[in-house]
Amino acid sequence: MRKLKLLFAGLLAFAVSRAQETFPVNGVADKRNGTYAFTDATIVQDVTTTLEHATLLIKEGKIVAVGTTVIIPKDAVIINCKNKFIYPSFIDAYSDYGVITPQRQAGGFNYNAPTQFLSNTKGAYNWNQAIKPETDAFKLFSIDDTKAKPFREAGFGTVLTHVKDGIARGTGTVVTLAATKDNLVIIKEKATAHYSLNKGTSTQSYPSSMMGCIALLRQTFLDAKWYKNKPATEGTNLSLEAWNDNLSLPQIFEADDKWNDLRADRIGDEFSVQYIIKGGGNEYQRIDDIAATKATYILPLNYPQAMDVEDPNDARFVSLADMKHWELAPTNPAVFEKANIPFCLTTADLKDTKQFMSNLRKAIDLGLSENKALEALTKTPATILNVYDEVGSIENGKLANFIITTGPVFKESSTILENWIQGNKYEVNESAWNNIKGVYTLNITNNKGTSSYQIDVKNNTTASVILQDTVATKFTYDGQTVKINFSTTPQKRGVAAIPAAAGYRTNSTQPQFMLSGFVTDGGWTGNGVDTAGNKFTWTASLNKAANNMSETSHRKSSVSKPLAKVTYPFDGYGFEEMPKQQTILIKNATVWTNEKDGILQNTDVLLKNGKIAKVGKDLSETGATIIDGTGKHVTPGIIDEHSHIAAASINEGAQSVTSEVRIGDNLNPEDINIYRQLSGGVTSSHILHGSANTIGGQTQLIKLRWGMDDEGLKFKGADPFIKFALGENVKRTTSPNNNRFPDTRMGVEQVLNDAFTRAKDYEAAMKADPVHTRRDLELDALVEIMNKKRFITCHSYVQSEITSAMRIAEKFGFRFNTFTHILEGYKVADKMKAHGANASTFSDWWAYKMEVQDAIAYNAAIMQKMGLNVCINSDDAEMARRLNQEAAKTIKYGGVTEEEALKMVTLNPAKALHVADKVGSIKVGKDADVVIWSAHPLSIYAEAEQTIVDGTIYFDRTRDLQMRNKIAAERNRLIQKMIGEKRSGAPVRAAEPSWQVILSCGDHSHHDGLITIDVQEDDTINK
Amino acid sequence: MKNIFCTISALLLFISYSQAQETVYPAKEYREKIFITNGTVHIGNGEVKENATIEIDNGKIIRVANDITVPSGDVKVINANGKQVYPGLILPSTDLGLKEIANGVRGSNDYLELGDYNPSVRSIAAYNTDSKIIGTLRANGILLASITPEGGIISGTSSVVQLDAWNWEDAAYKMDNGVHLTMPSFIQRTGRRGFFMRGETAPADPNKAALDKLQEIKSFFRQAKAYLQESSHKETNLKFEAVKGLFNKSQTLFIHADQVKQMLATIDLVKEFGFNACIIGASESFQIADLLKQNNISVILNQEHALPATEDDDVDQPFKTPATLEKAGVLFALNDTHDESRYRNLSFNAGTAATYGLTKEQALQAITLNSARILGIADKTGSIEAGKDANIVITDGDILDMRTSNVEHAFIQGREVSLDNKQKQLYERYKYKYNIR
Repeated sequence: MRKLKLLFAGLLAFAVSRAQETFPVNGVADKRNGTYAFTDATIVQDVTTTLEHATLLIKEGKIVAVGTTVIIPKDAVIINCKNKFIYPSFIDAYSDYGVITPQRQAGGFNYNAPTQFLSNTKGAYNWNQAIKPETDAFKLFSIDDTKAKPFREAGFGTVLTHVKDGIARGTGTVVTLAATKDNLVIIKEKATAHYSLNKGTSTQSYPSSMMGCIALLRQTFLDAKWYKNKPATEGTNLSLEAWNDNLSLPQIFEADDKWNDLRADRIGDEFSVQYIIKGGGNEYQRIDDIAATKATYILPLNYPQAMDVEDPNDARFVSLADMKHWELAPTNPAVFEKANIPFCLTTADLKDTKQFMSNLRKAIDLGLSENKALEALTKTPATILNVYDEVGSIENGKLANFIITTGPVFKESSTILENWIQGNKYEVNESAWNNIKGVYTLNITNNKGTSSYQIDVKNNTTASVILQDTVATKFTYDGQTVKINFSTTPQKRGVAAIPAAAGYRTNSTQPQFMLSGFVTDGGWTGNGVDTAGNKFTWTASLNKAANNMSETSHRKSSVSKPLAKVTYPFDGYGFEEMPKQQTILIKNATVWTNEKDGILQNTDVLLKNGKIAKVGKDLSETGATIIDGTGKHVTPGIIDEHSHIAAASINEGAQSVTSEVRIGDNLNPEDINIYRQLSGGVTSSHILHGSANTIGGQTQLIKLRWGMDDEGLKFKGADPFIKFALGENVKRTTSPNNNRFPDTRMGVEQVLNDAFTRAKDYEAAMKADPVHTRRDLELDALVEIMNKKRFITCHSYVQSEITSAMRIAEKFGFRFNTFTHILEGYKVADKMKAHGANASTFSDWWAYKMEVQDAIAYNAAIMQKMGLNVCINSDDAEMARRLNQEAAKTIKYGGVTEEEALKMVTLNPAKALHVADKVGSIKVGKDADVVIWSAHPLSIYAEAEQTIVDGTIYFDRTRDLQMRNKIAAERNRLIQKMIGEKRSGAPVRAAEPSWQVILSCGDHSHHDGLITIDVQEDDTINK
Repeated sequence: MKNIFCTISALLLFISYSQAQETVYPAKEYREKIFITNGTVHIGNGEVKENATIEIDNGKIIRVANDITVPSGDVKVINANGKQVYPGLILPSTDLGLKEIANGVRGSNDYLELGDYNPSVRSIAAYNTDSKIIGTLRANGILLASITPEGGIISGTSSVVQLDAWNWEDAAYKMDNGVHLTMPSFIQRTGRRGFFMRGETAPADPNKAALDKLQEIKSFFRQAKAYLQESSHKETNLKFEAVKGLFNKSQTLFIHADQVKQMLATIDLVKEFGFNACIIGASESFQIADLLKQNNISVILNQEHALPATEDDDVDQPFKTPATLEKAGVLFALNDTHDESRYRNLSFNAGTAATYGLTKEQALQAITLNSARILGIADKTGSIEAGKDANIVITDGDILDMRTSNVEHAFIQGREVSLDNKQKQLYERYKYKYNIR
């Protein structure tokens, strides 16, 4: 097979116009200059210039002239392109053509597997196996004609190719799709540098999370800069060397998703790099954010296939968001065009390159202009790859890369006939060069004479014989040869219209004719045989020209206009229009102020400009939205000190110290749990790193501004925090294979001791020699802690570890701001008080592992009575909806007063998080984050009726009911549409449940639903 | 002086509580009369009697009425004036006493056996009456539980226990009341859109694997049925013997299923063999409540406090599922399977159901009388009615609401059981340490 391929390549090389000087010739030299003149064509030079009846002249693989007055040299082969169109061939700026993309082994970070701490790559490379900027695609590239062919058939002549593996992937190279010689097709060796958030085949444990990938990229930027000074301690690091070299190239980041696009762009902003972003096709859902990146995008056209949703029990688990995306995905390019964001189109991510043109036509049907499509396939990619001087338009001096089509290239009725690359012709649909449609007179001559038939040819494979009835025939035409089998008898109804092997039908008394022929000037000529074995010759010539008949192939758009609306966020419960901040006057309610006024009866609260403006009796305000609070309770919004919602990843568990990672780098504003928690009165959540390691990642305080983007969720102006963890999780008690230090609480103490010792030395070194000291993001965060610029919330359970942690902190001159979980806090409440820590705990959890055997429901009450600032937190997406009830349990368990109980989920967490000046009580001047409850807010019978953040009503029970109806109607419409798709014969895939990822701390399992994935339960699904 | 007094009294308190849970004794048998007077009595069947008195004799309820005169003399009287009186709550399916420390301590776990077909495996054999968790349930009014094995397809046989006992033979309230079967899943997990998942290949037909398993289950019961029709056997099959009670309806088949297709498969299975059947889990039962009613299948809803199954579901769907079942007339009970709070919030699961469509008395019935009916113990317990065991809880306020739910007395078969537990003792221990009153 390989030999065959080589032979094939060899044959083509024979036709190449450019000789390669250094290669010896075996045989007689055969130099050809490949001069061709394509005449009388419609030449689309680029999107702005189209020439009619023009001539294109190429020589030695390059364009030498184009225009309407080209003088054709004598040695040119003339190709008449009457009625044909010539376009610059397409450029795909995102492929792995001709390089081998390594396949990832199963795995990734597994909570229970042994850790691989360092890279397995041999050589003087980077410590991290996913950082391989030293990879150069041009060194690995080799022509792969089986892969090139589908590209060429889709109209492509040039591609960028690179090894799609790793977080830093090295350089890409620009090659043509000619099947000549590797040496000749590379047109730019190092064209681009590539990055991603996917560690690919790296078997190393770090990074095991999205935020870890981001942190690794950031740290590598810093390392590479530091490496420029050739630090002796680093020795030779070929990866960092290559990283630095690659920075001068166009930087392409494979982000593959709208939020990742933004994440990538932010990394770029930090290090003054403008990435070209390979998108994921869902960018239309956040186009304003996407526009703000100022990036050029490379967009795939891999629309999701319709699902088989005829079974309502299957359909149930497909989310509205997924169905809407199915409907709207083809609008993505048009949305980019409308937003004036530059973009290229790629075949990447398509299962089959053949889908490219039909998918592109869908995009055009839905509003993408043909000019923009052409630009996205020619000039834009050529420009970003810095090869517009060679490809991307039809101009003198450029490579002879162009396609010849039967009509405007994006019309469905048009066909690509030939694809010329570097002056070599590659046939795509040669047979369509001549329009054979029409009625032909067929003359069959045998020894008895000549008989005539009329044959109506529709296209290359369909024709019929016109007798009394029209009889379908078997017909194939490939541009050069033609085969016809026909019978003079119509087939009975119900029998196959085309007798496949008519000649062998023994019961047939009528003759069958089997004809074989070649194209001759203006017709066909050949010989044949009939069923009786009589041989004959035949000729056929056009009788009536096809163009006499009416052209009926004018295509109606087969894509119906999508009706789905983009909502914010792109969830069923998203808003078509974001709710606005209002002036709101709540009248005559019971108001829990959390201030010295206590609980005020029959009181009004005015919210204005996002703040609490007035609290009092008989307030009035013109223009305010009035909410009748009679019989209702108003409380400050609930603040959850410990939450893991709204993030793409939670645990970077591959090392014991990962203070460099940041939850804020990977917020997920589309987590439905944001909305669900609003329905339970939550207005702010502290999103914590998980508990897989002693020093976890930097946390992110958010407000539940449902519908806003990731930046919009962030609680602005809040002190930065970090998550630490102690005990069983960090020593990996449940893992039988732990090889990561620490394995005991003794070791945990030393991880802390060591980390802060290093941080202290680092701080001193940085002060002494900021130029030559390697900046370390991990230690930066620890230095911030020691300087009281960053604060710790520490997962902790038993008294020994709590005390040890406090003593370490005291040794280094800082404090543990908050101990979270802290189920044995009651045993050391006095010590915690002396240390100055806050406590954030569960109301009644225990006995889910060894270290919580002594957990008691009276914990919060004891700690509170000991003078600690006590919070009740959730650490659980479900329970967070009922934190008011969890707080109420402290009344039952330990006799906390009702006012103090409510504070445990409002004011106390605000204090612990250093935002009590902004939220946590109903006080004039604070943020208008309030909840209106149907009943006593500590009662199980209370429902949050409205949840207001910054004076904006993000949850409203009445509006919620309307949304449910809307969701039901929209789901039904899309299900019917998908069913219609299936019934029309379109391919469908099995209904795929829209899995919901539930991230949790890592120390207790949840079974929250039928289609949820608890990430702690199965960490291998992390990259 | 005052300080000394405080210290001494605290010390006394400490002594009385400090000897860990080992001194929390099961109550002794009590055959004398008890009168619980003037309470608001929630019968458990929907009725409420204000200012009613309950007369108890020899561990049984004799009468519940407003006109009972308490005899003078040496008789035990509990004045429940201003208090709420409830039937003892029932945890209808649990690994209580089988799973002590959920994670990381394998030796403490006895709830999950190896093998696919284990009907002869009996939970009662491993039930640990000294589990530290039990005391925390009594303190919240939970007095009975059905102890359920897990694992495989037919996990084994459950038994109902009362929660104040020296050993499992004492605890046994109804032995081997049901056989537990887990329906195969009709949802196969594959990769997922979105941010950070690794794709796996979906099986060609996710239903097929489940349907094959279902055939295997049916085949098991068909063979068991045939086997049981023969009175003597050369070779005894313990697995078949263990499901005998299903065919004569002395036992219930408990089917653990959540998905609609699993429940439809259950209906099919139950129809073929004519079993008494109850679906446990049943989070999607709101979609086919009428079918469950028509086929006389009862339901135990495992976890009221759960997230909706899909992101498009009503945000309060799990909360209002009980109301849908009630409306359709399905016999259902509520459960608490929460692994972290360890089942003590059963009454609050019911409280949530009362917020979302049930009346409070209906919600109460779902954790008392309905549970007793489903477990086959309604002749003995589940309501405060004459002739039943005196399994009674007295609270300060509404037991369904954590704000007011303080259990003051609890009786199991007329024995006033200790409400003390490890957590209360640790509470006292540290109140002592810190001189907290």
